[in-house]
Amino acid sequence: MADLKVKIKNLLFKNPVLTASGTFGYGEEFEDFIALNKLGGFITKGTTLKSREGNAYPRMHETASGMLNAVGLQNKGIDYFIKTTYPKIKKLDTNIIVNVSGSTIEDYVAVAEKLNTLEKIPAIELNISCPNVKQGGMAFGTSCKSAAEVTRAIRKAYKKVLIVKLSPNVTDITEIARAAEAEGADAVSLINTLLGMAINAETRKPVLSTVTGGLSGPCIKPVALRMVWQTYKAVKIPIIGLGGIMNATDAIEFFLAGATAIQIGTANFIDPQTAVKVVKGINDYLKKHKINSVKEITGKI
Amino acid sequence: MKFIKDFKILKNTAVSGDTFILELQLKEKLPQMFPGQFAEVLISKSKKTFLRRPFSIHDVNTSKNTISLFVKKVGEGTTALSKYKTGEKVNLIFPLGKGFNLTKNKKVLLIGGGCGIAPLLYLAKCLNENKNDIHILLGGRSKEDILETEKFKKSGKVYISTENGSLCEKGLVTQNPVLKNKFDKIYSCGPMPMLKEVAKIAKQKNTECEVSLENTMACGIGVCLCCVVETTKGNQCVCTEGTVFNIKDLIWQI
Repeated sequence: MADLKVKIKNLLFKNPVLTASGTFGYGEEFEDFIALNKLGGFITKGTTLKSREGNAYPRMHETASGMLNAVGLQNKGIDYFIKTTYPKIKKLDTNIIVNVSGSTIEDYVAVAEKLNTLEKIPAIELNISCPNVKQGGMAFGTSCKSAAEVTRAIRKAYKKVLIVKLSPNVTDITEIARAAEAEGADAVSLINTLLGMAINAETRKPVLSTVTGGLSGPCIKPVALRMVWQTYKAVKIPIIGLGGIMNATDAIEFFLAGATAIQIGTANFIDPQTAVKVVKGINDYLKKHKINSVKEITGKI
Repeated sequence: MKFIKDFKILKNTAVSGDTFILELQLKEKLPQMFPGQFAEVLISKSKKTFLRRPFSIHDVNTSKNTISLFVKKVGEGTTALSKYKTGEKVNLIFPLGKGFNLTKNKKVLLIGGGCGIAPLLYLAKCLNENKNDIHILLGGRSKEDILETEKFKKSGKVYISTENGSLCEKGLVTQNPVLKNKFDKIYSCGPMPMLKEVAKIAKQKNTECEVSLENTMACGIGVCLCCVVETTKGNQCVCTEGTVFNIKDLIWQI
């Protein structure tokens, strides 16, 4: 067995494979398919201060090698999570990271403060990159100033590991990454979905209720890899790479581009066992190439 | 409990020009499955089909350890699936969703529009085991769309409507005279305008009614949150809270 352990600040991951927010529920939905303890960690659905109903149906459209979604952060709110979901999942032997979303800085801070008190939540992922909500979300992640502001506020409020999830819908992602780093982020995760659109030629109407949506899946992998590589050269904090990873080879490419850990997203919809297969595949790759630790390949292109 | 398993194709039978039935066998013993549940099928031979495709469980044969899927060719994925041959394997996530609530010793009407008959055959069989008085109304544009009639006849009395009048009653399925009768419960699956009309009729007659919805979905297991329908309890996933809903729980303008 190769050494698959990676660290983000003081937080140890048994392996570098996490699952991405919005594709993995709160973990328990996958218990029939995989042993969650085999994952380095999982990131919950974007969770807000108050419950949200999300956008109207239709919210999804399949595209060439991917899909568009416009869910709009439907979730039951942080209090429901603390009361109902957390007690069920806290015994798991894996890192449970809560994706924190909001419309105002005050909302983000309120959620982060509540999460400070949960012993088995060692980290949060700050979502400043959701393209499917009218207020907040991606608006925070597309300018250095607002990204810095929200990161600074959360850094003050949240004591444990802070990961900031970045939007690819910007001119230069490295500037946003630098802003997050300067305000105390412990890591950045990238990329969230790319803003896209689908039109039905027969009805001459947009397919999604919100007209635009977030594109994910293998079709965005080259963009994600490029942004991880650019960001790796721009910041010193670890990068968690995601965007269209379907198998271990894709994951290895992200490590080579500069990622310390990776997330499996849309692939969970197609094969709910993808993440554990990727863990095994990374180990096989390292053994085959006689590499002792996964840490050794980060940024080695 | 949900499973992800490879099934072997025992038979792929064309039913009409654009519909077919896949009979799929599992090596190990099939888990219990309820009518109205579905499976997410990976069509790996169609490279352009990125996501799995959800199909209702059409029939279950416990002695052969098989399930059947009734599929209509509508795009590249289903067309590729129609070409799978005996002995080939397909990967399924199953059984998904909550099925229909089965009545006992009641007079029930099943209404299927087009390929909406898919979940109704197994439903009719199970309702038959529960000693219900079963009436089955099938509708389509023309006689070519009225399928599986002989199989349905084994479980109950069959009524038919065609829009062009090429078979039995002319008109929409929701105009069939059988709907004038009183039933204890109506079960239905088909296109949305039809389901809404069925729901309207059931509501007027104060008859309990369950409908199976076909919202577009990605995961099938309640995590992508794409297939939601508005209910009295807020947006709910059709894949996990449905696909069957009691019409009193749906916020439909009917």
